[in-house]
Formats: sequence, C-alpha cells, structure tokens
Amino acid sequence: MDRFLVQRLGFALLLFVALVVVVPILFVLGVIVVEGSMAITWEFLSAMPSDGMKGGGIFPTIVGTFLLMLGTAMASIPVGVGGAIYLAEYARDTWLTRAIRLAIVNLAGIPSVVYGLFGLGLFVLFLQFGTSILAGALTLAIMTIPIIISTTEEALRAVPTEFRTIIASLGGTRWQGIRGVVLPQALPGIITGIILGLLRAAGETAPILFTVAAFYLPRLPHSPFDPTMALPYHLYVISTQVPGMPLRIQHGTALVLLTLVLSMNVTATVIRSYFRRRRQW
Amino acid sequence: MEKFRVESLNFFYGRVAALKDISLSVQERQITALIGPSGCGKSTFLRCLNRMNDTIRGTRVQGKIFLDGQDIYKSGINVVELRQRVGMVFQRPNPFPQSIWDNVAFGPRVLGLDKHFHLPEIIENSLRGAALWEEVKDRLKQDALSLSLGQQQRLCIARTIAVRPEIILMDEPCSALDPIATLQIEELMQSLKKDYTLVIVTHNMQQAARVSDWTGFFWMGELVEFDVTEKIFTRPAQQLTEDYITGRAG
Repeated sequence: MDRFLVQRLGFALLLFVALVVVVPILFVLGVIVVEGSMAITWEFLSAMPSDGMKGGGIFPTIVGTFLLMLGTAMASIPVGVGGAIYLAEYARDTWLTRAIRLAIVNLAGIPSVVYGLFGLGLFVLFLQFGTSILAGALTLAIMTIPIIISTTEEALRAVPTEFRTIIASLGGTRWQGIRGVVLPQALPGIITGIILGLLRAAGETAPILFTVAAFYLPRLPHSPFDPTMALPYHLYVISTQVPGMPLRIQHGTALVLLTLVLSMNVTATVIRSYFRRRRQW
Repeated sequence: MEKFRVESLNFFYGRVAALKDISLSVQERQITALIGPSGCGKSTFLRCLNRMNDTIRGTRVQGKIFLDGQDIYKSGINVVELRQRVGMVFQRPNPFPQSIWDNVAFGPRVLGLDKHFHLPEIIENSLRGAALWEEVKDRLKQDALSLSLGQQQRLCIARTIAVRPEIILMDEPCSALDPIATLQIEELMQSLKKDYTLVIVTHNMQQAARVSDWTGFFWMGELVEFDVTEKIFTRPAQQLTEDYITGRAG
C-alpha cells in the first residue's frame, strides 16, 4: 500500500480515537448545561428545598459544600504544606522518610469510600463528633493531605538548590531561606496543588456519606457539630433515592456542582500558567 | 596581617582524598588567587574557608583553618555567623528572581542589619562598592534577571558585600562572562581589595597574574607552590608549576 496512504489512514484512526474520548464528555456537558441552565433561577440557588426536595431550591447544599471546603482547607493546608516543607527541606533520606513517602503515594490511591468508613470510625464514633461538618471536613482533609503534600514537595524541589546555597553563603539560616526565597518561588505550585486537592474533596460523595451529609435538612447548620446537606450527596440522593424527582432539579444541581468544580480547576490552571510564564530559571 | 591560616588541611569525599596536607596563609586586604586544572581541588579548598562543604553529605575535614586566630572547624563555632564574615560569589551569576533592590536587601534583612542601619544607604553603598550603582540607580525595582550577565555578577557581589563580610571568596567569578564584563570584574576586585580580603579561584592564569598578590598552584589535591604572584609567574620554584603556567602541563 502507498506509504502516504498508510500515514493518512493512521492519522485518521488516531483522530477517531481522540474524538471517542472527547465526544462523550462534550455530550454530558452539553446536556447538563442546556437542561440545567433552565433550572437555574435565583430562587433555585437561594431557597430551601421544599416538598420533599421536589420543589424549592438547593441553598443549604451549596452552603454545606462551601463550609466543608472551608473546614477541609483549614485542616489540610497547614498539615500538608508543613509536612511537605519538612520532607523537602529538612528530612534526610532515612527509612522513616521513605516509609512516609510510600504512605503518601498509597494514600492517594485509596478508594474514597474507605476514607468515608475511616472517618465514620474515627471522627463520628470514636471521637464522638457525631455526623457533623467537623467529622466530614476532617475526613475530606485526610483525603486531601497526601495530594497537597506531594504537589507542594514537588514545587519546593523545583526551586534550584543554588538559591539555598547562596542564602547559606549570606549567613542566612535554612528557615530564613525557606521563608524569604524558596516558599515565594514555590507558591504558585503550592496554590495549584491546594486547589486541585480541594477540588477532589469538593466533588466526592463517599467520604461525606457516613460522616456529615444529611439526606434532607432544609435549614442551615448552626455549628461545626451539625450535619449539613452537600452538593455531591444531594445529587446522588435526588437522582437515585427519591422517586418522581423532576429532571430539571437534577440537571440544575449537577450544573451547580460542575460549575463549582470546573471554576476551581480553571483558577488552578490560570495561576499555574501565569507564573510559569514569569519564571525564568 | 594574616587573615586565614590553614594548617595541614585534608579533605575527603567519602574515602577519596580531595585535598592533601594543604598549608598556606591568606593576607588581609590582598588578593589570593588559586589556580590549577579542573578537579585539582581549588574550589573544594575555597569552600572549606566558609564551610560550604558542610552541606555535602559524606565529606570529612582534617587539619585546622584559623580565621583571625580562631579555628573555624572547632566545635561550637556558629557556621551561619562564619558565613556572614566570609562571603561568597559563585561561578554562574545567580541573582534571586526578584528586583535589584530585593537582591541586595536580602542579606541585610536576613541578618537584621536593616533594623540598625538605613537600608537605602546599605543598598546604595553596596551597589557603589560593586561598581553597579550608576547603571541601575534609576531602576532598582526592576527584575534582576533583566540585567546583563556581567551586571548580574556585579549584583551578586553587591549582595555579598551588603552583609559586611571581611573576606570575599570568588569561585571562578568570570567564567560565564565575556571579556569586557570580565575586565570590569577584575577592576572591581582591585577596588574591593581596599576594604576586603579576596580569595579567588580561577581557570584563567592571565587573570591570576593580572589581579592577584599571592598565587597558589593546586595539582591533584596538593598545593604544589604558594608564593607572591610575581614570583610564581616569573621564577617558579617547582618544575610542575613552570610546566603548567607555560602550558606544557594541565
């Protein structure tokens, strides 16, 4: 066969394969955006659900997801970034640090339902936080920390060793070097990692299933020890657990969750590409 | 006046001896040049003088180095303070990716000097000391990486003198620069000599001959000869030195 024809056929095949990946995503997005946008009204976003979730809005689920993210961020950022600084800047290569790294890699691969059960056992039952925002946020934090540690460590290691040497030669301590030069340089990478970590937590259903999520609670939580509704779990509930649910509400909820997650993703990408262009070493 | 006195210094990377029984002394406010082929140990020696080798794992030092009569390898010496007294300029110009101002201000801020002295004054004096002030005084807030390589290297020198060291070590400071920038650095060395003790490592024998007062010739981890520069380059005591400076060895 003509070798140019072979090439053209080959590329056509590859294009087809690429389209196979993209088309379903575009289809899903299209349906959700088109159908969902019809459901989005101010009332839908700001009102309590009513009529057994078949009417009203989804306000408490948005607030719940927002509060969970806030709690997750507060718990996971200090631990994740701190741990990464220790691993990248201070820790020597011993069996202990190697074990920690191995654990981090493996933690990132654990199915989220396992985190949910772990959170149920530790926070809800053993520590008696009950089904609460606190228990849910901590469970999500445990899931997020490995992601933050590994991305932060990578960002710190990308800062040239040379800078640390210069700082030492100027009479600076290691911590001053980290504060003054290394962290600012690594910050965009760290922020990206944090957003991507929180992103994963925002969309998860399984970890909050047993630890925080309320099936139907048409009011806002009063304290960290209250349960709350949350977007991913709510979507699961109205899609599978409530017969006769209007499709409109399902699409609307999906669109809100999708918008939240995608906008975080875009933010992370923008931050990363902006700083990558500025970086000159 | 003697600033450094080195007595029978040995240095090991693991089991490999990189420096063998080095003894010499560095005179205050003079320029001491260290020459020799690649891998002869001259940079390793330089980095012993401010203990920058400490950060490399698996290395070991034997012998003594006295700075103003005090052994810098004695236990209880604060290495961070030592490095403030013994500043260093590296081979590749390596300013932080920050403004010119922030680069010079970094050391003083880290050491807290800006609390006792007027920071703008430190910055101006340091940049003047590095013969860079006139070129950058109107754009101190600009990114340091926008400067030419030669300017960047002088900025690194300004950053080093901003912490008021007594000694400046320079590890092949011109090897990344063009001839004109090299000449500027060499002139700068002459003016720095008035206030600082300089120890420079160089690949370039002409440079050593032009700028230095004392020269040490290293060969395979040993100090073959150490003497007044003029003598090394006109009537060396060792055959090996003569072979090297005339280009027959190395």
